[in-house]
Amino acid sequence: MNPTGLSGAAVAPAIPHLAIDPFSYAFFDDPYPAHQEMREAGPVVYLDQWNVYGVARYAEVYAVFNDPLTFCSSRGVGLSDFAKEKPWRPPSLILEADPPAHTRTRAVLSKVLSPAVMKRLRDGFMASAEAKVDELLARGSFDAIPDLAEAYPLSVFPDALGLKPEGRDHLIPYASLVFNAFGPPNELRQQAIERSAPHQAYVTEQCQRDNLAPGGFGACIHAFSDSGEITPAEAPLLVRSLLSAGLDTTVYGIGAAVYCLARFPDQWARLRADPSLARNAFEEAVRFESPVQTFFRTTTRDVELGGIVIPEGEKVLMFLGAANRDPRRWEQPDAYDVARKVSGHVGFGSGIHMCVGQLVARLEGEAVLTALARKVGSITMSGAPKRRYNNTLRGLESLPVTFTPA
Amino acid sequence: MTTITFIHPDKSSQTVDAADGDSLMLAALTHGVDGIVAECGGNAVCATCHVYVDDAWAAKLDPVSDDEDALLDGTAAERLPNSRLSCQVKVQPSLAGLVVRIPDKQS
Ligand code: HEM
Ligand code: FES
Repeated sequence: MNPTGLSGAAVAPAIPHLAIDPFSYAFFDDPYPAHQEMREAGPVVYLDQWNVYGVARYAEVYAVFNDPLTFCSSRGVGLSDFAKEKPWRPPSLILEADPPAHTRTRAVLSKVLSPAVMKRLRDGFMASAEAKVDELLARGSFDAIPDLAEAYPLSVFPDALGLKPEGRDHLIPYASLVFNAFGPPNELRQQAIERSAPHQAYVTEQCQRDNLAPGGFGACIHAFSDSGEITPAEAPLLVRSLLSAGLDTTVYGIGAAVYCLARFPDQWARLRADPSLARNAFEEAVRFESPVQTFFRTTTRDVELGGIVIPEGEKVLMFLGAANRDPRRWEQPDAYDVARKVSGHVGFGSGIHMCVGQLVARLEGEAVLTALARKVGSITMSGAPKRRYNNTLRGLESLPVTFTPA
Repeated sequence: MTTITFIHPDKSSQTVDAADGDSLMLAALTHGVDGIVAECGGNAVCATCHVYVDDAWAAKLDPVSDDEDALLDGTAAERLPNSRLSCQVKVQPSLAGLVVRIPDKQS
């Protein structure tokens, strides 16, 4: 059977066809049985619902990430193929670019978000996390998603970027829109785009040089247009990348970590006993929950992957969350282990597009988990957690918890 | 296979037979050598795979690229003239007997 309706040779006969819709509410509620079904079906599967190839095993996800000339990003890292469809917004100059264009913009963001820059931010990020945790301990019971997972990044990241105080409430809705838009034309994507105009207007405006405070990431990006690494027209779009990818991702990442610690008291006890595990405990939460679940690539030629020939011009969907729990790669993949040697997970991607903001994410995660480990005695769930639905991001809408002091 | 020795901050050492073509970082990780965290998995983003190369060897390695140089400015432990990122050093027969020291912290 050939779901694309093209010539019978277009799809190799051996490929398993699956009816899984990875962008459905049922999938979001519990993706793990479907992840396993895809991994066990073969190294490459075909998802008939959206006519895309899928890879869910670690080895193939890694291989696709690390062959950017064959599996390109410039035709979009969502379902929409920019060669056939007009993108919903001007494409990203980094995420949705291939070498050599990508190499140039990536070099700029790498410098803006380098390990040396993180050293300067560290004390301030740590102090803000301590203040936040003190405030929450005083309250006792609260909702860990808005009051911690959202509130903490909102207290440090927009300032680090140099954004004006006004209008910051557009940031999370804008990011949620961006990540929904990578998905197929389902209700989540359509509704997000219908409601996008005010958020897009805010973001476009804030990316301008005049609106970015000196010393912040945004001003640093613009400064690279003075030295010629990028053009003045490119700078605002690179600032936009940080507005799109830099806030909501860490909200989901911190939310994932707190949810893990609330669910697995033995791991919470280990972290409390040794707060120096905080950074690794955050990293392991990124592996375990994979806040960014999926990204697409588009084939630039006919290519063989895992014994299957994928024709040119096809969309390939990578399941980061499934790769991060592939038993072929990980021992006890379904266990959250704060001391796991987690290097090599693909929660931040891999290869040339691997998250350029990962050091910011880790700094935030380490700051929050260190403050929790030092100050909080117990974390208990005081109500049922509620899931938040997004085509790309996995996380919660609500996580009622109670903290007691150490 | 090329023999590499890692010396820990407490002076204990581990000698491993590393696969040629792997990075030093991967050799450490696959042989259970602790202290090289490698948060970015070798993608030259994190600077948590920092090592000090024994002086006798420093000149025999491929030179530090501009990217590696910039990352080394952000290492958690002090940057020294013989500092390298172990994910950027490729194991090869000419490095047989290489000795590297692991710093006391990576982040
Ligand atoms: C836990 C938090 C985060 C997660 C899970 C995450 C995940 C990812 C992933 C999987 C990619 C690869 C995309 C691809 O290969 O197509 C990526 C790229 C990217 N991320 Fe992150 N990210 C996080 C935080 C951040 C932060 C804090 C920033 C900005 C400060 C950021 C900015 C970017 C940018 C600009 C790219 C594109 C890089 C490129 O294409 O070269 N991310 N991220
Ligand atoms: S492993 Fe990240 S820079 Fe070497």
